[in-house]
Amino acid sequence: MGWLDRERTIAPPGFNRWLVPPAALAVHLCIGQAYATSVYKTALVKHFGASLTEIGVIFSIAIVMLGLSAAIMGTWVDKNGPRKAMFTSAMFWASGFLIGSLGIFTHQLWLVYLGYGVVGGIGLGIGYISPVSTLIKWFPDRPGLATGMAIMGFGGGALIASPVSTALLKMYDPNSGAKGWVASGDAVGKLFLTLAVVYLAYMLFGAFTIKVPADGWKPAGFDPAKVKASKLVTTDNVSAKNAVKTKQFWLVWIALFCNVTAGIGILEQAAPMIQDFFRKSDGGSLVSAGVAAGFVGLLSIGNMAGRFAWSATSDLTGRKRIYMVYLGVGALLYTVLALAGSSTTFLYVVLAFFIISFYGGGFATAPAYLRDLFGTFQVGAIHGRLLTAWSAAGVAGPLIVNAFLDAQGKPGQLNASDYQPALLTMVALLVVGFVANLLVKPVDARFHEPRADRERSAEPAMEA
Amino acid sequence: MSTAHNSDAQAAVKASTGKLAVAWALVGVPLAYGVYETLTRVAALFG
Repeated sequence: MGWLDRERTIAPPGFNRWLVPPAALAVHLCIGQAYATSVYKTALVKHFGASLTEIGVIFSIAIVMLGLSAAIMGTWVDKNGPRKAMFTSAMFWASGFLIGSLGIFTHQLWLVYLGYGVVGGIGLGIGYISPVSTLIKWFPDRPGLATGMAIMGFGGGALIASPVSTALLKMYDPNSGAKGWVASGDAVGKLFLTLAVVYLAYMLFGAFTIKVPADGWKPAGFDPAKVKASKLVTTDNVSAKNAVKTKQFWLVWIALFCNVTAGIGILEQAAPMIQDFFRKSDGGSLVSAGVAAGFVGLLSIGNMAGRFAWSATSDLTGRKRIYMVYLGVGALLYTVLALAGSSTTFLYVVLAFFIISFYGGGFATAPAYLRDLFGTFQVGAIHGRLLTAWSAAGVAGPLIVNAFLDAQGKPGQLNASDYQPALLTMVALLVVGFVANLLVKPVDARFHEPRADRERSAEPAMEA
Repeated sequence: MSTAHNSDAQAAVKASTGKLAVAWALVGVPLAYGVYETLTRVAALFG
């Protein structure tokens, strides 16, 4: 399979670098489906006769596998280039759906765990990091913008998958017109088969469109000396193996962990939470289920928009400053939400929108932050290791929120004040993240790759 | 020679523009559809 090798993907002179973001987006839009699993959750509960938690485990396994595979496979991705990585990710992601559908058709939940959770999760991890290092190399002048465009796709993928999956489930289930309809297992199985085919085609388009820049390529008029305006931006390189030994890596890990955990705090309970915040004295809520669903949609838009807008802004402000905004302003907004969010729905919605946009921004800005601190040498592998913060937050966020809320009662039957302990805990976490980010200093020179060695190791196989 | 070279370069630019338009449309159209569908749900918030 030499046609997948990095050497075969080196861009010819005159290649338009703006072809690279849509190639990256093609992959991220597909794997972003992971956030649209709620569409068929109830159907799977009914089909397998399982609890909501047992079905929720499918998604949890996928996210844990995402973090693990990104961390373990990051160096492989950097070494073999984006085409092979995207191709591999496409195979895993599509196979995950195929195995999952087999599990649904044969009523074996463990096969869905194995398929969508384990195999699909590996596709998620490799796919997520596959274009990052290449984008940073094509856009040394705007790395935040470039990675923001791709990682925005992960947020946008759910926006597409959600309505498309609903429409397909209706098409595949002859009883879809019935009152109180829940899709049949057969319809979900067919949906999985369809998604496998469509996602495979899209991801392969990405794999065969992406190219890496030739050694020494730089955009017209780009002066690397200008990028070195901030003392945090290095022109040296740190290997992935050494990066995890630095204080800076773990400080950014803590900052990302805190930012993601706080975001999940709102995302996890978005619909029941807005209804609880505006509960009337008779037990009803000022916010109907339809309006709550609209609120969840608005959060998805905020998540996606934040990934692009804040990450692109970080090219102008610097990465450390923008993280100060995510964590510092985020903590302030969270405090206002906890203490005064129930005063008006408008205030609540605006606060939540910005908090979630910071959550998305934190994800999208991370690769550029790592590029600034550790150079481009193995930034993909370092980013892969950083994503374990996401997996950890994916476990910690719901645990913290659910532990506090369980002590108060059942979400959907609470009041605004019942949320305060959970929300104020998130504020404390954001403050911890803010302090961690504040402590980030340039990486000590002893971790840098020797310059002569770096030139030797800057062979194509290690470049993108 | 230089005329032939220029026309080659122009053809390359045209091919690149075409590829660019197709690539962006392939990802942009579904994304725009997803955003539109979500915004119709969001409208309930302000309705």
